[in-house]
Amino acid sequence: MTRAGAGQGRALPPGAWVVPAAAVGSVLPLGVLLLDAFTGQLGANPLQRSEQQTGVLALALLLLSLTCTPLRLLAARVNVRLLWPARVRKTLGLSGALYAFVHLIIYGLDRGFNPAGLLVDAVKRPYITVGLTALLLLIPLVLTSRKDSVKRLGFVRWQRLHRLSYVVAALGVLHFWWSVKKDHSAPLLAVVVLLALFAVRAVLARRRERQAAPVGTARR
Amino acid sequence: MNGPERDEKGGPMRSRREVLRQGGLAAIGAVGLAGGLELLTRRPATRVMEASQAIPGRVYRGPYDTTEPVSRISDITGYNNYYEFGLDKADPARNAGSLRTRPWTVRIDGLVRKPQTVDIDTLQSWFPLEDRLYRMRCVEGWSLVIPWMGFPLAALLRRIEPGSKARYVQFTSLADPKQMPGVRDPVLQWPYREGLRLDEAMNPLTMLAVGLDGKLLPNQNGAPLRLVVPWKYGFKNIKAITHITLLEEQPKTTWSTAAPDEYGFYANVNPAVDHPRWSQATERRIGDLGRRKTLPFNGYAAQVAGLYKGMDLRRNF
Repeated sequence: MTRAGAGQGRALPPGAWVVPAAAVGSVLPLGVLLLDAFTGQLGANPLQRSEQQTGVLALALLLLSLTCTPLRLLAARVNVRLLWPARVRKTLGLSGALYAFVHLIIYGLDRGFNPAGLLVDAVKRPYITVGLTALLLLIPLVLTSRKDSVKRLGFVRWQRLHRLSYVVAALGVLHFWWSVKKDHSAPLLAVVVLLALFAVRAVLARRRERQAAPVGTARR
Repeated sequence: MNGPERDEKGGPMRSRREVLRQGGLAAIGAVGLAGGLELLTRRPATRVMEASQAIPGRVYRGPYDTTEPVSRISDITGYNNYYEFGLDKADPARNAGSLRTRPWTVRIDGLVRKPQTVDIDTLQSWFPLEDRLYRMRCVEGWSLVIPWMGFPLAALLRRIEPGSKARYVQFTSLADPKQMPGVRDPVLQWPYREGLRLDEAMNPLTMLAVGLDGKLLPNQNGAPLRLVVPWKYGFKNIKAITHITLLEEQPKTTWSTAAPDEYGFYANVNPAVDHPRWSQATERRIGDLGRRKTLPFNGYAAQVAGLYKGMDLRRNF
């Protein structure tokens, strides 16, 4: 079977495969989860298991998407120009958001789908408050992830808005920490990753500032 | 190798080989990412080996059975909190095979007239064993209906004769890192300790279990000897007991030491007192997708509410 035009279109850019790989790869675990649910592989308490699984997936993907820019900046420092991190950042962020919303839905089911109970939980229990806040803050980020959003908002405003992603990740990590009963090794790993990302960004921003400063003021 | 072919505008042409290469990379990348994410999150359900050894001797039906349907035995033996064997609910079923439950001795001492060390088989031969179908409510908000087999703790206490000063019973679990991989992990202070007030321990509902579903207790359920106090949260039901000590003072118990604001000494099932992080008003019976209302004292209020007359159960939680 040959597709009309195949073999005659424009050449693929060298990294064209990265975005579809990220999109498919990040959504596959949701398929595995559904399959597990239908085949009874989720253990004795399937709602709780899928709640935990989607929560960790959401956090992992959001942290991965936050790794993209520091990675690109670090590569640039050793004179390697990476294009793909900027492309997958959005893909990973959006699938992270997808898992976060699925996580909320499962949480709702787990609580017996009782909106009043959810509100009580959100007000009374700090770890729910924090998790829900992170989810709400994700909404404007998802809504401004379209191709034309940067143009419409203007780059500076768009960038400022999307710095929220770090707030979302920090709240997500805190939510994870508080939701664990005893063994904090997984949340600790998330804290370490988040702090490392903050540190790389801070160091790089500082260097850029120093390089941008007029000669004579920065160096003594 | 020739350079890329050019289309009519002079750009490089998309070659079949390039499409295949990129498609392959996309597939490998997708599977790689998905695999990594699965490693991070997926916990496949494990098949559980069930105990097959039947307990010899006559078994009496106890008078305290619930009429609720018994939970699936594979859920009872496959969904356990038993941190000595790992933190995941499926870990105990996977790891508890390394525990040797025979020979096993239990030391009974403290403020008793007849302190002694007794072999587990001797101990369970002292009393007629009863089947008792009890509800079990975990502090995490799930519950099971479990067909225990054992004898009332009161029968053992009467036999060893508590001294007149004895007011509390302390229980201690085995903590052997060679047999229990989780003990190498200092998530809790090992050995696991629990305790009851003497009148709670003497209540006819309180039992020491040696069996489950008519067979010897599976290791992950606390073999060879475990406490069952059905009106309290599950963590009171200490497993693999090696020591029973009678004391004058309230003993320090593992979870109430680890997080005193979250786990009290009494740990009575109480829908009116929330855990700091979740409501205790409802629970999921394992096997159900919905939730049901939690009953005061886990439905055993008629038998045990009197034990707490005059106590503020919000403070003594």
